[in-house]
Amino acid sequence: MVDFGGWDMPVQYPAGTIEEHLRTRTHAGLFDVSHMGEIDVRGSDAIAFVNCITSNDVTKLIDGQAQYSALTTPQGTVVDDLVICRFAADHLLLVVNAGTTDKDWQWITSNHASESVKLKNVSADYCQLALQGPDAQTILQKLTDLPLAEIKYYHFTRGRVDGIDAIVSRTGYTGEDGFEVYAASDRAEQLWNKILDAGDTGSPTGVLPCGLAARNTLRLEAGMALYGNDIDETTTLLEANLGWICKLDKGDFNGREALAQQKQQGVKRKLAGFEVTERGIARDHQDVVINGERVGHVTSGSPAPFLKKNIGLAYVPIEHANVGQEIQIDVRGKLVGAQIVKTPFYKRSK
Amino acid sequence: MANVPEDLHYSKDHEWVRVDGETAVIGITDYAQNSLGDVVYVELPKAGDEFAANESFGSVESVKAVSEVFTPIAGVVAQINESLADEPETVNSDPYGKGWMIRLKMSNAGEVDSLLTAAEYEDFTKAETE
Repeated sequence: MVDFGGWDMPVQYPAGTIEEHLRTRTHAGLFDVSHMGEIDVRGSDAIAFVNCITSNDVTKLIDGQAQYSALTTPQGTVVDDLVICRFAADHLLLVVNAGTTDKDWQWITSNHASESVKLKNVSADYCQLALQGPDAQTILQKLTDLPLAEIKYYHFTRGRVDGIDAIVSRTGYTGEDGFEVYAASDRAEQLWNKILDAGDTGSPTGVLPCGLAARNTLRLEAGMALYGNDIDETTTLLEANLGWICKLDKGDFNGREALAQQKQQGVKRKLAGFEVTERGIARDHQDVVINGERVGHVTSGSPAPFLKKNIGLAYVPIEHANVGQEIQIDVRGKLVGAQIVKTPFYKRSK
Repeated sequence: MANVPEDLHYSKDHEWVRVDGETAVIGITDYAQNSLGDVVYVELPKAGDEFAANESFGSVESVKAVSEVFTPIAGVVAQINESLADEPETVNSDPYGKGWMIRLKMSNAGEVDSLLTAAEYEDFTKAETE
C-alpha cells in the first residue's frame, strides 16, 4: 500500500502488475478509483462559469454527456485535468484528480464570482469503480437493467447497479472500452465484490482487481497524460499535445490569450512519445540527451507490459520532436538509445 | 510466508549468499522478489569487476521501481547469470536457483560469518513487515 494524495492505495494486487495490465487489455480489470475528487456545480450560470475556467467548450455538451478538459491558469498551463459531466443545463459534475482536489477547490472558488452558481465539494460522498476492458460491458450488464450498449463513449446515465443508485459512464483511463461507476461511498465494498463476482474473478479469463501501477502503465500505453508528471502548472496545454481540448474560439476563458499567442508563435517544446531502442528502462525525471546536450526530461517512463517495450513521454525541443528522431535517455548515468514515436503507443482495435 | 532456505547466508538488504568453495553465489531472497513484484530487467556487472562488501553491484527493476542490489561480501566477479538478460522473471519464479545473479571470488571468506543465518533473517523480515 502507498499513500496517494492522502489515500491508502494498493500498488498491485496478488496477481501482479503485468497480469493485471494484460487482463485489462484482453478481458477486464477493476480499479477502485474512489480517490478521485468530485465537485458539484449548480445554477443557471453553471455552464457559463465552468466554460470560463476550463479550456474545452462546455456549451457543446448535452445532458448525459461527459467531456475531457483542463482547468487552466492565465498562462495557459494546467491547474488540473478533469472530466466534466453534464446532468442538466444547470447542473455539472467536475471529476478531478485526488491529489489536486483541495487545490482545485481553492482555485475554482477563488474564480467564482456569480451568485447564481452553487459549488459543493462532494468528493467524500462518492465512490468510483472503473471496470475496463473488452469484457466490461458483458460483466456490468449482469448487474443492471440499464441498456449499456446504448451508452456511447463519453456519455453516462443514471440507474441502478445491483440495486444501488449509480451513475454509469462510458469513460476510462486505460485505452480500453469500459465504464466508471459512481455511487454513494458506503456502497463501494458491495459494488466491488459484486462486480468481481459477476466477472468470474479467480478464473484465468475473469476480471482482475488492479492497482495503481497497472493503472499507470495502461494509461501510458494509451498515451494519456498523468497530472503531476506530464502536465502541471509549468506546462501549457499546447506543449502537452492537448490542443484538441483548447477551444480558442469558444469565447474568453482563463489562459485563452496566452494559448492563442503560443499557437500563433508555435510551441518551443512538445510532449513526445519515445521507445527505448537499447537495453534499459527509462524512468520519470531522467534527462533526454541529443547530440550530447541535455535538452529535456522524461515525465513518464516505464515498461509497457502489453507492447513489451520500454516507453515514455518526454518534453523535447520542437525541432527534435519528430517521429524517428534518435534521442538518448540518461538512465542513472548510462546513456541509452531511444527514438521518438507516434502516440498513442497502443490503440485498441474497435 | 516467504521461503528462507536453511543453508544460505543473508543480508539485511535481502540478498542471499551460497558459499561454494572459494566462491560465493549471490542473489535476492524470496521475500525481496515478492516485495518488488514482476522483475522485468536485471542489470549486472562484468566478470572481473571488483566490489567491496555492501557495495552496489547492479539493479533489479520491476514495472514500477528500480532497486539496487548489494554484495554482502567483498570479492571479484567470476561469473554472472547471463540468462537473466532474456529471462529476468526467473528472479521471481526461482530466486534461490535459476534466478541467481553473480558468482564472486571471495576476498575474505570469513566475511560470511558476519551475515544473518536463515533464522535470523526470518526474524528480521518479520520485524520489517510489522
